[in-house]
Amino acid sequence: MPENEEVKLLGLWASPFSRRIEMALKLKGIKYDYVEENLANKSSLLLALNPIHKKVPVLVHNGKTILESHVILEYIDETWPHNPILPQDPYERSKARFFAKLIDEQIMKVGFISMARADEKGREVLAEEARELIMYLEKELVGKDYFGGKSVGFLDLVAGSMIPFCLERSWEGIGLEVTTEEKFPEYKRWIKNLEEVEIVRDCIPPREKHVEHMNNVTQRVRSS
Amino acid sequence: MANKPILLDYWPSMFGMRARVALREKGVDFEYREEDFSNKSALLLQSNPVHKKIPVLVHNGKPVCESLNVVQYVDEAWPDKNPFFPSDPYGRSQARFWADFVDKKFTEAQVKIWMKKGEEQEAGKKEFIEALKILESELGDKPYFGGDSFGYVDISLITFYSWFQAYEKFGNISIEAESPKLVAWGKRCMEKESVSKSLPESEKIVGYVAEFRKNNLGSE
Repeated sequence: MPENEEVKLLGLWASPFSRRIEMALKLKGIKYDYVEENLANKSSLLLALNPIHKKVPVLVHNGKTILESHVILEYIDETWPHNPILPQDPYERSKARFFAKLIDEQIMKVGFISMARADEKGREVLAEEARELIMYLEKELVGKDYFGGKSVGFLDLVAGSMIPFCLERSWEGIGLEVTTEEKFPEYKRWIKNLEEVEIVRDCIPPREKHVEHMNNVTQRVRSS
Repeated sequence: MANKPILLDYWPSMFGMRARVALREKGVDFEYREEDFSNKSALLLQSNPVHKKIPVLVHNGKPVCESLNVVQYVDEAWPDKNPFFPSDPYGRSQARFWADFVDKKFTEAQVKIWMKKGEEQEAGKKEFIEALKILESELGDKPYFGGDSFGYVDISLITFYSWFQAYEKFGNISIEAESPKLVAWGKRCMEKESVSKSLPESEKIVGYVAEFRKNNLGSE
């Protein structure tokens, strides 16, 4: 990488959307400046760079701003093509994008937002819905070390940051067991594989602090 | 493979229309199959077991689901003609961001106009006008969102143009007054055969929405 490349990431330690970008940058060996945002007190830089959504992550590369985590991941992959994140084949790419959307939209909604608002019985129903959705991912992992095949790829970053290293922590906080070794052996095996990858491991939010944080966010969602 | 790609679709769907425009832009000969939601085909249920929704493009026996995925797939599978994206990564990221904006903010707002009434519809109208203005500003004086050539963002948004008359009628708004450049852009895109062949007539959409509102909201 040329010496004068300037890469800055505005992120949040607990956000899966932000963490996955850190994983991607590390995977590509890209040096970057990290700015921790405070959602209760958004920096003027964040508001200037992302006036429409006012959200993290925001990537700034040589003065250009890139928003939305999936868009940022594809940008990183195209700008620094070594250690590819997305598959080469158009069909495999479409599948990776499809599942990434399923994870960030449906699984997150069912597994976190709706769950935060539900009572105990409602949570059991939602847990079952989450299981049905995660089962699609379970099937994708058969015969593979990672979604990306032999190495970590786009879907591993999206799914990893969201499910085991975020949603599972919120489920732990509310005392709900959603995924079991018995029903999701491939998924559990994949998590172990992920944890062995240094660049992923370095970007996993610290567990206790994260569980507490997810509980706080759950409270906020509940009272909104 | 000799087999024509199959598009599972539904005539008024602005998402299905995106797939049609994309395929026609690339000059791909495809088989269009109309789905009946009260009786979904075996191919649809098998191809999209997760959502059971259209559009689904079945190519070489493999299904591609979600309209923007289909558009990107079509661009990548037939790369030699009419590329939908610029070649530089930043330009591509901009295109993806704006298509995502259409898919989220714009889509959520427009649905409230035609599917809801009363307060919910009013809220939808405000959000819709806000989204129109943001898009108008992004388009600026360019002929297309893609700049000089029709591209990914144009494809993601143009299909809603067939619904404009319905939004105006049932939402009681003038899109031309709110975003004249966008309306001019819509007309410009409609001059392309890939677009005009893929979008139903506005009057048909108005009829579709009228029927929906009568059956679901008890009124127009």
